[in-house]
Amino acid sequence: MDALIALLEQNDIFTPATLLQYWGGLVTTVQLVFLSLVIGGVIAIPLAIMRASDNPWLSRPVWVYTYVFRGTPLLVQLYMIYYGVTLIDGIQDTFWWEIFRGAFYPALIAFVLNTAAYTTEIFRGAIEATPRGEIEAAKAYGMSWARRMRRIVLPSAFRRAIPAYSNEVIFMLHASAIASVVTIIDLLGAARNIYAQYYAPFPAFIFVACIYLILTFGILGIFKQLEKRLLGHLRPR
Amino acid sequence: MFDFEGYGPSIFGGAIITLELAVFSLVLAVFLGLVGAWGKMSGNRFAKFVATFYTTLIRGVPDLVWMLLLFFGGQIALNTVIDYFNYDLGYNLPYPQFNQFAAGVVTIGFIFGAYMSETFRGAFMAVENGQIEAGKAYGMSGWKVFSRIMFPQMMRHAIPGIANNWQVLLKTTALVSIIGLADMVRLASEAAKSTGSPFKFFIPVAIVYLAIAALSDIIFKLLNNKYSAGVVKGGS
Repeated sequence: MDALIALLEQNDIFTPATLLQYWGGLVTTVQLVFLSLVIGGVIAIPLAIMRASDNPWLSRPVWVYTYVFRGTPLLVQLYMIYYGVTLIDGIQDTFWWEIFRGAFYPALIAFVLNTAAYTTEIFRGAIEATPRGEIEAAKAYGMSWARRMRRIVLPSAFRRAIPAYSNEVIFMLHASAIASVVTIIDLLGAARNIYAQYYAPFPAFIFVACIYLILTFGILGIFKQLEKRLLGHLRPR
Repeated sequence: MFDFEGYGPSIFGGAIITLELAVFSLVLAVFLGLVGAWGKMSGNRFAKFVATFYTTLIRGVPDLVWMLLLFFGGQIALNTVIDYFNYDLGYNLPYPQFNQFAAGVVTIGFIFGAYMSETFRGAFMAVENGQIEAGKAYGMSGWKVFSRIMFPQMMRHAIPGIANNWQVLLKTTALVSIIGLADMVRLASEAAKSTGSPFKFFIPVAIVYLAIAALSDIIFKLLNNKYSAGVVKGGS
């Protein structure tokens, strides 16, 4: 511990003050990514069911949504929402303005819409891959559509979606770095401030790259454990 | 809707820059991907280590971090190197400016090179070993085996992956607007800020991205047909 403090005291850039900035950035990044994934995931479930349905009136609109949000850069979506909310007539006079004046909620909305689009497609693939026999068996038991969804299709679809979903989680973590563009002090935002303060691009950005690397491997490790537990029956023996 | 308040031509120019950036990055990424795939599959332990290190490091860190590191750090690194040549070795080299376009191409090329090397590695492994042995038995050199046997057959397996990477790469080019390159997104956001109507500029930009994506889908389908000549699909 003493050695660490001595090291910090010798160091010009990584003083306790800048490390605190990084810590604040880490908290913001984790909040932003976690909230986006949870809300986006919840929205994606009904959308995926609609997208997988045979009724074109249900599946087509969802297809348009996912196509547009997966086909355009997240940065463009973020700019549209960030600059767009200020244009809603009279929003400055309502309580919503308190929420949307900062950049956090516009960024959160953009991330939620983006990750929901990708997650919808992942879940749809998993739902459509449900073995026919399982559905027939459920029907033979006299299960209604809703019960079949809840008890048979969705539980196994979620398991099947895990490998693809882990990619989406990492994608979201990396994509969240663009939040720093709209004045949010996330991890990269903190790094940019420290870069500007000391004009030291290598320490500032390499340090933050290491934090992202650790987060990425942490997430991969968690998903590997999850796969081992939930998809153990699919492993080659 | 199609009144761009005079910003139309400049945003169109930005779209061209976006495309140029994407194409140059793709070329670099394919080159690095081939080198990376070779490294990963080679028997040389050092090459294998370097290639694995490269792909792991690139894929574990956000694109934007790489871009800022290279853009802000690149100039300093370049100046340091040239300082060394000029003062310590007595040369008189000029100091080149590290521009945003080059930084963008290098960063995006490097990032997608890592993804491409995974794509190519999988594709190379899908080429039957017997094909390579047959080539060697004909007395072909290593390069000839690569260019006449491996590459044409590997491409069939690689094209879906390349198409996927290209679609992601295209969207990643939007990030260069952050380091100041006047691409489509940068110009649209400047126009949006000064006119106060973001949707008027961002919706057309989004449509251009979708159009490029749809067009490249068609091109990749044609390429896929070209490289799949003579392949009989199951079910047909």
